[in-house]
Amino acid sequence: MIRMSESAGSTQDREALQSAARESDALAVERTLAGERDAFRVLVERHSQQLFRLAYRMTGNEHDAEEVVQEAFLRAYRSLGQFGSRANFGTWAYRIAANYAIDRMRQKRTEDARRQTPSALAEQQEQDPLDLVADERPTPDRLAGNTELRKKIEEALKELSSSERTAFVMRHWEGCAIEEIAAVLKSTTSAAKNTVFRSVQKLRRALEPYVGPRGALQAKAAGAAPEPRGTEL
Amino acid sequence: MKHVTEEELIAYQEGETTQREAIAEHLTSCTACRLELERIEAVLNALDNLPVPERGPEYGRAVWQQIAPRLPERAGRGWRTWLEPRRWVAIGAMAAVVLGAFVAGRWSKPKDSGTPAASVAQVRERVLVVAVGDHLGKSEMVLMELANAAPPPSGQKQINISAEQKRAEDLLDANRLYRETAKQEGDAALADVLDDLERVLMDVAHSPQDITPAQLETIRQRIEAHGILFKVRVVGKELQEKQNNTNSAPPATESKAGERNKA
Repeated sequence: MIRMSESAGSTQDREALQSAARESDALAVERTLAGERDAFRVLVERHSQQLFRLAYRMTGNEHDAEEVVQEAFLRAYRSLGQFGSRANFGTWAYRIAANYAIDRMRQKRTEDARRQTPSALAEQQEQDPLDLVADERPTPDRLAGNTELRKKIEEALKELSSSERTAFVMRHWEGCAIEEIAAVLKSTTSAAKNTVFRSVQKLRRALEPYVGPRGALQAKAAGAAPEPRGTEL
Repeated sequence: MKHVTEEELIAYQEGETTQREAIAEHLTSCTACRLELERIEAVLNALDNLPVPERGPEYGRAVWQQIAPRLPERAGRGWRTWLEPRRWVAIGAMAAVVLGAFVAGRWSKPKDSGTPAASVAQVRERVLVVAVGDHLGKSEMVLMELANAAPPPSGQKQINISAEQKRAEDLLDANRLYRETAKQEGDAALADVLDDLERVLMDVAHSPQDITPAQLETIRQRIEAHGILFKVRVVGKELQEKQNNTNSAPPATESKAGERNKA
C-alpha cells in the first residue's frame, strides 16, 4: 500500500520536482558507477529531449543534432567517474553536448571550406554579407511567409562563429547564466558577455530588415527615414 | 544623458548592465533609444519563434537503443550488489518458480510425446510461461497500486512509495532475465512487453522514496502512455491460457510465440 508522509516543507512543487529529479539522477549515476549499466538508461531517457533541443539550435540540422546527443551520452558514460556526485547530471551532460556541438560545427566549417573552390571562397569573402542579404531582399508578400523568415534566420545563424552561436543559443534559448557560457567556451565571464553581445549585434544586422513592425524595410517602404541616433539629448 | 549605445542596450535587454536604472529612466524620455531597443527586441522575438523539430516521448528510448551496444562494461562494485539479501530473495523466488515449472513439466509430460528434443523445448517454454506469468502478475499489482494511489490528504504533500519501489527493484532483476530468455526463445512480442515493463519498473525503482503528487502523476502518465498495464494483462492472460492448454492438450506443432511474432 502507498503510505503518506508529512510534508517536507513549504517548497513549491516545481522546486521539489527538480530536487527529486536531481536526487534520482544521483542515484542512477551511483548505480551506473557500481556496474549497473542499465541504470544509465534512466539518465539517457530523462535528458535526451533537452540535449536534442540544445544540439539542434547549435548545429541547425537534425542529423547533426542526433549525433551530438548520442556522442554526448557516450562521453558522459565514459567519464562518469569524473562527475562529482554533488553536481547536477543534467547540467554536466548539457556542457558535454555543448562542447561536442562546438567541435562538430568547427569540423563541419573546415570541411565545407575545403569543399569550396578557392575562387568561390575568395569571392564570398570579398562580398559583404549584408549586400548578399540586400540582394535577396524579399517582397512584402514573401515576407509574410514564415518560411522565408525562417530561412533568413537560419542563414544569419550560420554566419555566426561557433563560439558566437553557442553563446547566443545558451543565453537566449536555454536561459543559461553568463558563468555557464564562459565555462563551455573556456573563457572569462567578460569575454563570454562580449561574445553574447557580438552575436546579438550580428543577428540584428542580418535580420532587422525582415522583422518587426518597425523594421527598416517597412520604414523605407512607408517613405520614412529611420530616426538618426548618436546625438546628445 | 547621451543616447544609450547599442552595446548598452543589448546588455540592458540581457539584464547584464550595472546602469539598469539610469538606462530605464533615459528610455522613458528618449523615443529614439526606445525605438532602438524595440528593434533589438523584435529581432530576438523573431529568433524565439524558430521552431525545433519535435521529438516524441519515445526519443529517449531510441537514443538508448543506439548507444547501449557502444557502452563499455564498467567493472564497478557490481558483484557486491549481488550479495545484498534482497537480491537473494529475488533469485530464490525465481529459482523456486523455475524449479516448480520444471517439476510440473516432468509430471505432466505425456508418455507418448514427440522426440526428446521437442520435449526439452516444451519444458523450456513451459518454464518461461509459468515464471513469466507469475512475474507479470506481481508487476501488474505494483503498477495497479501506483496507478490507483489516492491523492494525499490535505496537509500532506508527499507520498511514500518506498514499498512499491523495493518491489519494483526486485522485479527488475527478474524482468531482465525473462526479457533475455524471451529474446533467445524468439518470442519478440513478449520480449517487447518485458522491455516496456522494464522501463516503467526502472522509473519507479529510481524515483525518490517520497514523491509529490505531481511526480506520481508523471509516473502514472508513463504507465498510461506505454499502455503497459493493458499489455501486461493481455500477455499474462495469454500465458495463463497457454499454461492451461499445455496441461490439458497435446503439444502444438508450432509455439504460440511463433504465432504472436507472425502476427
